[in-house]
Amino acid sequence: MWQRLYNELADEDFVVITVAMDSRGADAAREWIEAAEPTHPSLIDRDHVISELFNMVNVPMAVWIDRDGRIVRPAEYAGTNDAFRGQDRETGAWSDDAFQEMRRARLIYMDAIRDWARNGSASEFAWDDADARAHLRLPSEETAMANAHFRIGQHLRQHGRVEEGDRFLEEAKQLDPDNWNIWRQAWNLEDAPVSTFWERVDALGDQRYSLPIDMPGIA
Amino acid sequence: MTTLLTESGPTEVEARTEGDSLWLDVAEAERVTGWELKPEGFCYGPVCIPVPYGREEEFVAPGSVNIAAFWRHMGKPVLHDEASEVWMLGQDAAARSYEMLSLQAPDFALPDLDGNIHQLSDYRGKRVLLVTWASW
Repeated sequence: MWQRLYNELADEDFVVITVAMDSRGADAAREWIEAAEPTHPSLIDRDHVISELFNMVNVPMAVWIDRDGRIVRPAEYAGTNDAFRGQDRETGAWSDDAFQEMRRARLIYMDAIRDWARNGSASEFAWDDADARAHLRLPSEETAMANAHFRIGQHLRQHGRVEEGDRFLEEAKQLDPDNWNIWRQAWNLEDAPVSTFWERVDALGDQRYSLPIDMPGIA
Repeated sequence: MTTLLTESGPTEVEARTEGDSLWLDVAEAERVTGWELKPEGFCYGPVCIPVPYGREEEFVAPGSVNIAAFWRHMGKPVLHDEASEVWMLGQDAAARSYEMLSLQAPDFALPDLDGNIHQLSDYRGKRVLLVTWASW
């Protein structure tokens, strides 16, 4: 998906950088990356450095960065909303409505990227400083502490001290209950079944899972 | 040797650990964290944090500094493993927020599948869509 967009816009002084948040490392992401045959940078982030730097809480999330390194859209869901909750819990099959809604939101988001790639700061989707700041989600002390726990936990795990590392990861989860990045990565490392994810999503009830994207037509 | 994890990654240091204290040679502390011990306190560029009055012994000793105590004093996360072999000096929410409010995208360096390192700053001059995903 990102490769197609990059091909289409590569003449526009535009680049896509995809980052796999995979603590299991390159081998976990390899299959997907090789299938996509990316010609844009496709990077691996075992320690979730990017989440921490931009205060991201899940995947997929995106940041728009202008030519001079200025952020014109801070971290937001990359065109995904809560439509996925219409998937079948057992088979993963999408209901018709959910699939259409997912697709609709994604197309709007992709079109907005095209508009920005071609028009830069003249694009209505690229914010000025005041608007960009107003859309920043700043980290809480608990998030900062959770990130520190995640980092040391990762380091210990990667150096063969899995049990001790997992204790830090568990602490990270408890410190930042809304950080799906940490929770989903930890479940992956624990080999938790997919039902673990769905149970926590369903426990949200009427509450949202994703954070709303401030873009006309996407809720 | 002690492993110190900071924003810039892991570094091996000569350290003396004792409970929640992590004593580093003054020059080593500066090399790893960028914070330098000066007569006016513990300094990063023009910013200096005075050594708390009456509690000097917790923070400084001849030639060395308790970097963990300073870090905690600044409200930043400090963690270590059971054996005190691995220490994490984290970033606090206020410092991170200050950096984010500048709207300047922080640079980073990450590998691709082949292990080649890419920095965000390599792509200065282009509009960059930075987008995350995961296999999980």
